[in-house]
Amino acid sequence: MDFRFSDEQQMMADSVRGLLADLCRPADLRRLLRSGAARDEQRWAAIVGLGLAGALVPEEKGGLGLAPADFVLVAEACGYACLPEPLVENAGVAVPLLAQAAPGHAALARALAGEITVAAAHPLNPFIADADTAGVILVERDGALLLVSPADARLAVQPSIDPFRRLFTVEFAPKAATPVAGADEAAALLDAALDRGALFVAAQLLGIAQRCVDLAAAYARERHQFGRPIGSFQAVKHHLAAAQVKIAFARPVVYAAAAEQPRGDLHSRARVSHAKLAAGAAADLSARTAIQIHGAMGYSWEVDVHFFLKRALALDAWWGTAAFHRRRVAERVFGGRLGPERTFARERHDA
Amino acid sequence: MRLRYSPEEETFRAEVRGWMEANVPSSPLPSFDASREGFEAHRAWERTLNQGRWSMVTWPEDYGGRGLDLIGWLIFEEEYWRAGAPQRVNQNGIFLLGPTLMEFGTAEQKARFLPRMASGDEVWAQAWSEPQAGSDLAAVRASATRDGDDYVLSGHKIWSSRAVFADWAFGLFRTDPGAERHKGLSLILFPLTAPGIRVQPIAQIDGETGFAEIFLDDVRVPAFNRLGEDGDGWRICMATAGFERGLMLRSPARFQQAAKRLVELYRAHQQECGPETEAAVLQSFMDAEAYALSIYETASRLRAGGAIGAEASTSKVFWSELDVALHRTALSILGTRAELLRAAPEAGDAGRWLDGYLFALAGPIYAGANEIQKNIIAERVLGLPR
Repeated sequence: MDFRFSDEQQMMADSVRGLLADLCRPADLRRLLRSGAARDEQRWAAIVGLGLAGALVPEEKGGLGLAPADFVLVAEACGYACLPEPLVENAGVAVPLLAQAAPGHAALARALAGEITVAAAHPLNPFIADADTAGVILVERDGALLLVSPADARLAVQPSIDPFRRLFTVEFAPKAATPVAGADEAAALLDAALDRGALFVAAQLLGIAQRCVDLAAAYARERHQFGRPIGSFQAVKHHLAAAQVKIAFARPVVYAAAAEQPRGDLHSRARVSHAKLAAGAAADLSARTAIQIHGAMGYSWEVDVHFFLKRALALDAWWGTAAFHRRRVAERVFGGRLGPERTFARERHDA
Repeated sequence: MRLRYSPEEETFRAEVRGWMEANVPSSPLPSFDASREGFEAHRAWERTLNQGRWSMVTWPEDYGGRGLDLIGWLIFEEEYWRAGAPQRVNQNGIFLLGPTLMEFGTAEQKARFLPRMASGDEVWAQAWSEPQAGSDLAAVRASATRDGDDYVLSGHKIWSSRAVFADWAFGLFRTDPGAERHKGLSLILFPLTAPGIRVQPIAQIDGETGFAEIFLDDVRVPAFNRLGEDGDGWRICMATAGFERGLMLRSPARFQQAAKRLVELYRAHQQECGPETEAAVLQSFMDAEAYALSIYETASRLRAGGAIGAEASTSKVFWSELDVALHRTALSILGTRAELLRAAPEAGDAGRWLDGYLFALAGPIYAGANEIQKNIIAERVLGLPR
């Protein structure tokens, strides 16, 4: 038993954190917003240069063969930076799904090389994120998976409160799409995609939550009222401490979920759902707390907190609502065995 | 990251389970806070545990332990709570003073106190708070005046857990009357049977005498009983508080076992409950799991040489709130039976939940009130000004 990340895992996360600290500052977010562009090309080129597109694709299919536990800190860092570009959805969910559904397709090689991104639909998500900038879109129809090019589809943009979210509904003629996995095969692939999607959204929510608390704590140290920094007042301290407690007890759940997700059993599914619920609650409380601590400034466009509030709001129901994930936890609680000796239980132990 | 037990850890778990199944009393012992009889029944259980070398598995073998790491401790606790074994009457000793002695005590002090602590021959109370020094612990006024090779203790301690029946107590005393606040304090161990001590039981919210006032009037103890350097009491006391708030005093297994019982209670009464109750039950399960995962993470870090810091305060806020919510949910499920005492013919398991709820209500207060813990989190984790 050893609940610690390896040095390699920490180093990979550090390299992403460093890159985002340089290239994804709030000023960079604002610059992208003003430009109206889908991506910051310089930043995206640097991200592609990390070579992470195939991180979770098995080596025999041309990827790095890494595990979710290797990628979860990266996803957390992307949340912390409010990254607009689809590193997490692309490398964490869509490219692995394409590799499983269509390992021989030419688009996979281009996606692994970072030349294109892949957008993936899922029955849980009514919209497809980043469909317009994707090279190919994986869509689901009647349980089967199809591949369609954005050029051959009609994309209707669905503006989000999060100015960096690019959501679309996608329509296409049947002959425009290439079937890649029948319904029988696709069901398991979509289930795995759902687990990875929910897990990495949870990790992003964790990062968003910590960023909100950090922003508010920094402001509370600087802002003076009544001749003192407002962070010296207990009412302010207790708000932030309550949020930090929520974060502290979501974090290990997210990390354990990452380590266990590949098992795909009753326990690992419930852990992913628990992670999503806990991180969602932490992000919700932290974002609202950060707005409150900033006072009227927090309600302004000028202060950066709203970017994180909006991302937290957008991701809260993405890859499954709270009700959906609570049902999956209920399946484990009422369908598996309980007790203090079962923290790390596996399904076969419950047979 | 390896979230599976090693074969050695699995073997150890099986050994604990086998011993617990053979030795845990088949019916609950009477409360150790309500009568001398209940207290001595728990002391006898501590002796039985010690005979099996189960008192504190993390302690060195010389002091009655097994020299295991913190993961071993967590496994032991999981099996202990799974087996429904009695509460540890000597928790002030084994969970708080024991680790403090291990870190700050001399070899002679360890040899004098730890084996008798492990065997239950000496059961410990804590003597920190005073009437004017509660959350503001640095305001303690009880004094220890050096007189040759002795200290002479005087003062008034209060809210001393287990002091009614315990044998010894550890307390914070002012050894330098000229020093203020956190300075000039020392941690001193004293027998509750010493001349000059009067223990006045305090009835708790449930009517039991789980804590007491201790009046000290020129109580003479050898200087040997001072733990750590003269004047270093505050720092040592804060280390002890870290054990109290963190993974020692409230191991996650306690809450996971309670969550399991809560799920069973809910299933038995599901037809009478609404969806909000199911959501609360699931939340209690998740919170107990989250606490366990957090403690496994901390234990892994400590085993690899890391140190515990202000996260003990984060833990304390979380487990105390979780405990209240879990037991409150149980009372909601029990409905009109929730108010029944154990003695009520119709009570069934309700009395135990009620007792658990009343006990849980103390959690946000003892070991440093949660408001103080939140200040610590804000100042030491988030860097907010004092």
